Amino acid sequence: MPYLGGEETVRELRRALSNPNVQSDQLRYRNTILKVIRAMSQGVDMSGLFSEMVKACATVDVVQKKLVYVFLCSYAALNPELSLLVINTLRKDCQDPNPMVRSLALRNMTNLRLPSLVEYVEQPLAAGLRDRAACVRRVAVLGWAKLHNLQASSEIDAAVVNELYSLLRDPDPVVMVNCLRALEEILKDEGGVAINKPITHHLLNRLKECDIWGQCQVLRVLQRYRPQSEDELFDILSLLDASLVSPHPPIMAATLSLFLSLCSGQPAVSLAALERVRGPLLAACGSGSREMRFTALCHIQLLLRSIPGLMGAHYKRFFCGYAEPAYIKQRKMQVLVELVNDENVAMLLDELKGYCTDVNAETAQAAITAIGRIGRSYSDRCLEILTGLLGLKQDHITSAVVQTMRDLVWVCPQCSDTVCFALEGCEETLQDSQGRQALLWLLGVYGERVSSAPYTLEVFIDGVRSEASLGVKMELLTATMRLFLCRPAETQDMLGRLLHYCIEEETDMCVRDQALLYYRLLHCGIEETRKVLQGRRSDPSLGVLIGRPAEPVSQWARSFNTLEPLRQGSIETESVSRGSPEHTMFDPKPNADLSNTLDCSRIEKVHSGKEDFVWMEECVRCPTIPRCSPQSLQAAMQLVNIQTLAFTPPQTLPWRVYLYTHTCLDDAPHSTLILGELLYTGEEPQKAEVHKDDKALKGFLSILTTVLHTLSSERA
Amino acid sequence: VVCPLHLFRGESGGDAVGVFYEKVTALTGDQPPVVMSHKGLHFVHVRQGGLYWVATTTADSSPFTIIEFLNRLSALVKDYCGSLSEKSVQMNFALIYELLDEAVDYGYIQTTSSDVLKNFIQTEAVSSRPFSLFDLSNVGLFGAETQQSKVAPSSAATRPIQSSREQSDLRKSEIFVDVIERMSVVIGSNGMLMKADVEGEIRVKCYLPNCSEMRIGLNEEFSIGKSQLRGYGAAVRVDEVSFHQMVRLDEFDSHRILRLCPSQGEQMVMQYQLSDDLPSAPPFRLFPTIERDSGGRLLMYLKLRCDLPPKSLSQELSSPDQSAELKPQSRAVVWKIPRFTGGMQLSALFKLEVPGLSSASLLEVGPVGLSFELPKLTATGLQIRFLRLSPVQPGPSQRWVRYVTHSDSYTIRI
Repeated sequence: MPYLGGEETVRELRRALSNPNVQSDQLRYRNTILKVIRAMSQGVDMSGLFSEMVKACATVDVVQKKLVYVFLCSYAALNPELSLLVINTLRKDCQDPNPMVRSLALRNMTNLRLPSLVEYVEQPLAAGLRDRAACVRRVAVLGWAKLHNLQASSEIDAAVVNELYSLLRDPDPVVMVNCLRALEEILKDEGGVAINKPITHHLLNRLKECDIWGQCQVLRVLQRYRPQSEDELFDILSLLDASLVSPHPPIMAATLSLFLSLCSGQPAVSLAALERVRGPLLAACGSGSREMRFTALCHIQLLLRSIPGLMGAHYKRFFCGYAEPAYIKQRKMQVLVELVNDENVAMLLDELKGYCTDVNAETAQAAITAIGRIGRSYSDRCLEILTGLLGLKQDHITSAVVQTMRDLVWVCPQCSDTVCFALEGCEETLQDSQGRQALLWLLGVYGERVSSAPYTLEVFIDGVRSEASLGVKMELLTATMRLFLCRPAETQDMLGRLLHYCIEEETDMCVRDQALLYYRLLHCGIEETRKVLQGRRSDPSLGVLIGRPAEPVSQWARSFNTLEPLRQGSIETESVSRGSPEHTMFDPKPNADLSNTLDCSRIEKVHSGKEDFVWMEECVRCPTIPRCSPQSLQAAMQLVNIQTLAFTPPQTLPWRVYLYTHTCLDDAPHSTLILGELLYTGEEPQKAEVHKDDKALKGFLSILTTVLHTLSSERA
Repeated sequence: VVCPLHLFRGESGGDAVGVFYEKVTALTGDQPPVVMSHKGLHFVHVRQGGLYWVATTTADSSPFTIIEFLNRLSALVKDYCGSLSEKSVQMNFALIYELLDEAVDYGYIQTTSSDVLKNFIQTEAVSSRPFSLFDLSNVGLFGAETQQSKVAPSSAATRPIQSSREQSDLRKSEIFVDVIERMSVVIGSNGMLMKADVEGEIRVKCYLPNCSEMRIGLNEEFSIGKSQLRGYGAAVRVDEVSFHQMVRLDEFDSHRILRLCPSQGEQMVMQYQLSDDLPSAPPFRLFPTIERDSGGRLLMYLKLRCDLPPKSLSQELSSPDQSAELKPQSRAVVWKIPRFTGGMQLSALFKLEVPGLSSASLLEVGPVGLSFELPKLTATGLQIRFLRLSPVQPGPSQRWVRYVTHSDSYTIRI
């Protein structure tokens, strides 16, 4: 934020800095420098004062020195020649009897970040490694890492590396930890510092001397160690046991990470370790710092993937506090959904019900979605709550409830009666397109049971001209078509009007194509239409698999104690809350139904040209697919990030599995969604139909083939 | 929003501050997510004292460590500057630069112990508020407006730790021991206690220039876990306890005494938790009546009772100076009660004009959230029996023991 008058300030400060009267008065000199730094931190360009500040560097006043160094390190890159002048002062300071001055000089010498100065820095750094004072050694050790990164191409000085290795035995724990850090950086190309048995045991023995930051660093480095025998492994584990229940969350997390990497071959030990950290993690969930709470919650979610029952008895700890920010509340609800069981379901639903009327609309919607998720196992109780919420006539609540009901009814068709009954009158309160889409879908599928369905649709059709949402228009077309099939007399006229409007007047290519498709379909006769449109109804036997099987720890162990779990969830919630249950292969509008995984930018792209609609068919021969149980197939698919949507029951022909996955390359401008249908009709090959993205498709098919081959070879 | 930025590795590029500022201001919600990323650079932040404390990092670093460090850093800045606010940070930027420089080198945390740092830190703090002994207007922790019989001046605990070195004012050799408990309670619509958790901590804030050892005695009947009950009186029980690593526990088992050598500044000595088993009834009860009157208005009749023993506050009230305000944005009525003594009962009647009020809307009312601060009281009953310093301090030293219970979240369903 440079402000006007910046140059004026610079001029004024320069005058003050070169004034001999100021220079002789220590306090005034210091205050002037303070002003320079203040202006610098406010974003004013002070690089013009560099030479004056270099002069100010030669002083006995340590405070002034520190301030000048802050300045010099910020602007050194702009003035490499003048910086050479500083080096002399700094080298002189390295001889100072006061260790604090020595360490200060050494640190700033390496912070100047100028490759041209390296030759002057090496000698004091080497001396620093042998300094009497620990604080100088600490700085010198890290200094070598800085130097190395400054000229990454230069070869590594073996003598320095050896000296650093020997300093691992330094009496000062911070020097030891800094040695580890420096060696990690210098030897990055060789895979970091060598972790052999003597070093490991030396580090473990000195762990207690370090502060929490040092301990975390050591524990992290030790993750590379592989114990040579089981006895050694258990010796290490018992040494670390106290850290596992440390009251400091960073140590607890780092220790658990180490445990999981050491015990990767011993799942039982890993699970026992997870049980041990339950207490500390729960304590971190109640920490005074809400960011810490959030972090702990995200990691608890990871743990629950492997031990779903881990926190079952402690569900009350995940009740939301009223002053907590929305992002914590939403995480807590995600955890609560996982913890539900027969004993706590009543309490839990009661609590979630309280959140549904939260002032924050997102929190309310998350609570409603959570109730819907619980509804898959406890449908009656949940439907009662959801129906009750419709009575509030709040648009955001109604929208979330209708979407939740749509998702629920797809999974539990037995709920459809209650849902149909509840739908009456909802359309008046619905405002947003997501909610209206859900309502239309429900009306289309259960039209014969909702008496007012044609009237509701008529209102939508009358207003189609002013409808802005593409999704609603597409859904309206499909819903009207479906209703026409079961209640032709009431619907025929309005379907005609709708098709006419969409074909003749609608400007959007997607809607027009869809309408044309339906129009031609009707030409083929009512039976053909019925086959296409009603084949998609959810079949109780074609259920989505509910409930995740406990995953092996190894699946998430690598992301434990990284930023990943903190970022992941927000994406997950989105897809959970917005999925439409219906994903079919023959439907040329996957973008409308699958908006959960497609982002807007791509929807536009799909609209922009017809060539994006090209469907691909690829055949892979894989003769023995359906010999394994759906559960094991699903688990295997999840290992490679392929999600299964639906199955036909086993031993039926044709046997089908619907799959989807999407590419998640960080550098790609948009991700590609792949929908796949695995078809087994006895002899025919399997098919996968996808958007045109050859590279992604090939990858998908090769992974899929590998999985299937693995599974069939296991069976054989 | 102030971000004291320091380039430790020179890798992030100078516009990192700008990027973070844009990200924070572009968000409409009440809270930006803790982790945000921009082109492979990850921002982790915490909010303390109305300031964002931001670290930039790579994806594989430990969030626990970063967040703990940022919290610790803000605590250090608070210790050194006296208080934490945009103003105090601006006034003490040189000190903060120095602090950062000593605490972190090349992105690696070197030390955050105030004992170590005090040898290096040379700059003096600039107090944002002139200190006055007679400043008794707002007293207690966290701005609680409670006047107790014997109180520490409010600014006593919010002054920089280092001023004692320069001005050898004897009055300033003080030590504060705070027992802080946070309650999170849910009371169902039928008045049943559905959840009651207490998270407690003992903090020591030390301004003593030289204190070699300190002994804190807790209630003798203090017990941990369910199995272990001590004494015959009402036991003070907690579920889990953890101690700071500097606490020596050799006398803890026999006499419930904590021994430690406090370093200057603030430190957490002990943390404990208790769930679902409060020794006494929850402090507040609410008796609500919600109905619709003939004129279509929403009537809320709230009766609030404080179930604390009557003498838990020393002051008597002349007249309750209450206020109520409708906050349309958060759709809430805020009822402020400045003081509330034990055994007292207060009631309020709110009449609200709600457009389109239906009988169903009554279901939308609630829950009631209480936020309060109970001075001189702990929900678990934990007390400090004594506080001994050795060697005996020369001159008058002040020892303060303060108890306070906060509502972390006290929810009453309607």
